[in-house]
Amino acid sequence: MLEIKNLHVEVDGKKILKGLNLKINAGEVHAIMGPNGAGKSTLSYAICGKEGYKITEGSIIFKGKNILELEANERAGEGIFLGFQYPVEIPGVSNMNFLKAAINSIRKYRGEKEMAAVDFLKLIRAKAAELEMDPEMLKRAVNVGFSGGEKKRNEMVQMAMIDPVFSVLDETDSGLDIDALRIVADGINRMRNPEKAILVITHYQRLLDYVVPDFVHVLSNGKIVKSGDKELAHQLEKDGYAGLGIDENAA
Amino acid sequence: MVSTLETRQTVEKVGSDYKYGFVTDIEMVKAPKGLNEDVIGFISAKKQEPEWLLDWRLKAYRKWITMEEPDWALLEYEKPDFQDIYYYAAPKSADDRPKSLDEVDPELLRTYEKLGISLQEQEVLAGVAVDVVFDSVSVATTFRETLKKKGVIFCSISEAAREYPDLMRKYLGSVVPAADNFYAALNSAVFTDGTFVYIPKGVRCPMELSTYFRINEANTGQFERTLIIADDESYVSYLEGCTAPMRDENQLHAAVVEIVVLEEAEVKYSTVQNWYPGDKDGKGGIYNFVTKRAACRGTNSKVSWTQVETGSAITWKYPSCILQGDGSIGEFYSVAITNNYQQADTGTKMIHIGKNTSSTIISKGISAGKAQNTYRGLVRILPNAENTRNFTQCDSLLIGDECGAHTVPFIETKNPTAQVEHEATTSKISEEQLFYCLQRGLDVEESVSLIVNGFCKEVMQQLPMEFAVEAQKLLGISLEGSVG
Repeated sequence: MLEIKNLHVEVDGKKILKGLNLKINAGEVHAIMGPNGAGKSTLSYAICGKEGYKITEGSIIFKGKNILELEANERAGEGIFLGFQYPVEIPGVSNMNFLKAAINSIRKYRGEKEMAAVDFLKLIRAKAAELEMDPEMLKRAVNVGFSGGEKKRNEMVQMAMIDPVFSVLDETDSGLDIDALRIVADGINRMRNPEKAILVITHYQRLLDYVVPDFVHVLSNGKIVKSGDKELAHQLEKDGYAGLGIDENAA
Repeated sequence: MVSTLETRQTVEKVGSDYKYGFVTDIEMVKAPKGLNEDVIGFISAKKQEPEWLLDWRLKAYRKWITMEEPDWALLEYEKPDFQDIYYYAAPKSADDRPKSLDEVDPELLRTYEKLGISLQEQEVLAGVAVDVVFDSVSVATTFRETLKKKGVIFCSISEAAREYPDLMRKYLGSVVPAADNFYAALNSAVFTDGTFVYIPKGVRCPMELSTYFRINEANTGQFERTLIIADDESYVSYLEGCTAPMRDENQLHAAVVEIVVLEEAEVKYSTVQNWYPGDKDGKGGIYNFVTKRAACRGTNSKVSWTQVETGSAITWKYPSCILQGDGSIGEFYSVAITNNYQQADTGTKMIHIGKNTSSTIISKGISAGKAQNTYRGLVRILPNAENTRNFTQCDSLLIGDECGAHTVPFIETKNPTAQVEHEATTSKISEEQLFYCLQRGLDVEESVSLIVNGFCKEVMQQLPMEFAVEAQKLLGISLEGSVG
C-alpha cells in the first residue's frame, strides 16, 4: 500500500530524514518509535504533504501513485489521514460543519456525490457515541477550549467519519488518561481491516498494549535503525533506547 | 440574490396586473463635466424638485467649496479631481451597454457563477441591455402596493421630495447635516438618487426592504441618499447592496444614509458592499466615502448596523448611532475584508446622550495581500448619560505578511457610572490551521473561506437569512488567491 524509499527530508535547510525506507502492506499496523528529534513527526508531515517539508531525495508511492506530486488535500482525497499530535483550533467553525466540509471535499475529489445531511447526522452521532464523546461537543468550535484528551478523541471521531485507507497517528496517546487511552485504542482497532493500514507513531510502549502492531520500527537520526515485531517495543520499554545502542540525545 | 429572485418571482405572480411603474426618463442627457451652481440647478430641475430642496442643495454646495477633503484616515489614494466628474448622466442607452453576456468580462461572470446567480440575473447585474429591468419595475410596484396597505412609504428620494414634502423637510439632513463633512456636503449638493422609507406608528414592516427592488434607475451607486424614518413602535429591516459585484463606471461614490428612530422603534440595517475593488495590481476600483448615521431619538429605540464590506479600492465609512432617547440601544456588527491593494478605514461612533443607553460594537477586519485595514471607533459618553454601557470587540485577522491591520479606538467618558469595555485581538491564519484543513481534504480556498467565516461568525449570524448564505460564499471569493 505504502512504499517509502530512501526518503530525505529537509526543514528550513536542516536535514531531518536521511534515507528512510518503509514498506507497509494492506492489513498491517506498523509502529514507529524513537527518541525526541529522531524525525517521527517529520515523517508523518512528509507523507501528508505539509508545506516546508522539502523532499530532497527518495520517493513515496501510495497505492501505486507517486504522491509527492500531489497537494496535501489531494493526498487526503487518496485516503491518507493524519491524526495530529497537536490538533489545531479553528474558532467559529463547529466540528459538525468542519467534518461535513471535509467529507464532501474528499467525495468531490473522488467524483462522488455529497453526503446527504441526514446520513451525515446519523453517522456522526454513531461515531461520537462509539468514542464516548458528548454530542454537544460536535456543535462546539473545532478543538476550541478542548482539553488535551478531548482533542485527541476528536481526532479519532474525525478519523472514524472520514474512514481513511491509511492512517498516520502521531503521538495520539499523549495527554490521555488510562480510560481515554482505552477508548482511543478501541477507535484505532476498529479501523483495522484487511484493506486498510495504520502507522502509529509513539514515544511509549503504552498504546501498543492496546493497539498491537504487526511491526515495530525504531527511528533514530533520520533513519530506521531497527525493525521487529511487538517484542521490540517491549525490549525498548525495558532497556530504553540506550539498550539498543541509541544515544537519545544524539539527534 | 437567489432567494431574492424567488421572492421577486413570487411577488410577480401575486400581482402581475400592476404594469405601470416608476416614471423613467430615457432621454440621453448629461450635465456638463464639473460642479457649479448651474449643474446643481440642472440636477434639481431634472428631478422636478421643489424649490426648498434646490436651496438646500445650494447651501450645501456653498459650504462644500469652503471645505477640505479630510486626510486623517489611514488611506492613501490620489484625491479625485471634483471638476472632472459628471454629476448627472441619464441612464445609458441600450447601444452603449453590452449586448449579451458574451461581451462581459469573463472574470465577472466566473464570480457570478460561483455565487450561483441565474443567467437572467447576471444580465441585469452586468448591465446587459435586456427588458428584465422592466420586470423589476413592475415587481417593485407590486411590492409597493403591498406596503402601502400598511402605510409604509418606500420610494425614491426624488419622489419623496415631491410627494411627501413635510416628512422630507422635517427629517432630511436632521441626522447628517448638509455640511457635516466634506463628502456628506458633496452628497447633499448633488445626490441624484436614493431611497426614502417611512414606517408609520405601530407598524411592523411585513417584509425586508431591499434596495434591489429599486435598481431600475441607473447610476444608483454614485451619490446615493437614503432616509429612513421609523415612527413610534415600528420596526423595519432594510437590506442594502448585493452580494454580486455590480458593474459601475463611476469611480467616486459618496453616499449618505440617515435613520431616525422614534419611541420604542427599531431599525435593522444590513449592508453587503461589493463594489469593484480594482485589479490585482491595485488599478481601478471604487472610492467609497460613506456617511451613515442613525439617531435613536425615542425612548428604548434601537438601531442595528450590520455590514459586510468586501468591495471598493478605498472604503471610508463609519456607520454611527446617536443614542439620545433614554434606554436606547445601538449596535454595530462589521466584517471588512481587504485583499490585494484594497484599503479600508471603517468603524463606528456610539454617542451616548440618554440615560441607560447601551451599545455593542463587534468588528472583524481581515487583511490579505498588500491591503490595509483599519478599525476606527469612537465611544463617547456625555455627562448626563447615567448608567450607560458599551462593549467593543475588535478582531483582526491577517493573511500573509505584507498586509496591515490597525485599530484606533477612542473612548471619552464624561459620566462616572458608565461601563465601557474594549477587547481587541490580532491573529494570523497560521500554517498549522491551513495544513489541518488541507489534511482533512479541503483545498486552500475552501480552507481559507472556512477559517475566515469562523472568524466572522458573530457578525455573519446577524445578517438576515437572505444575505447570510451568499455573504459566506462572498468572503471566500473575496480572498481568492490570497494564500498559496
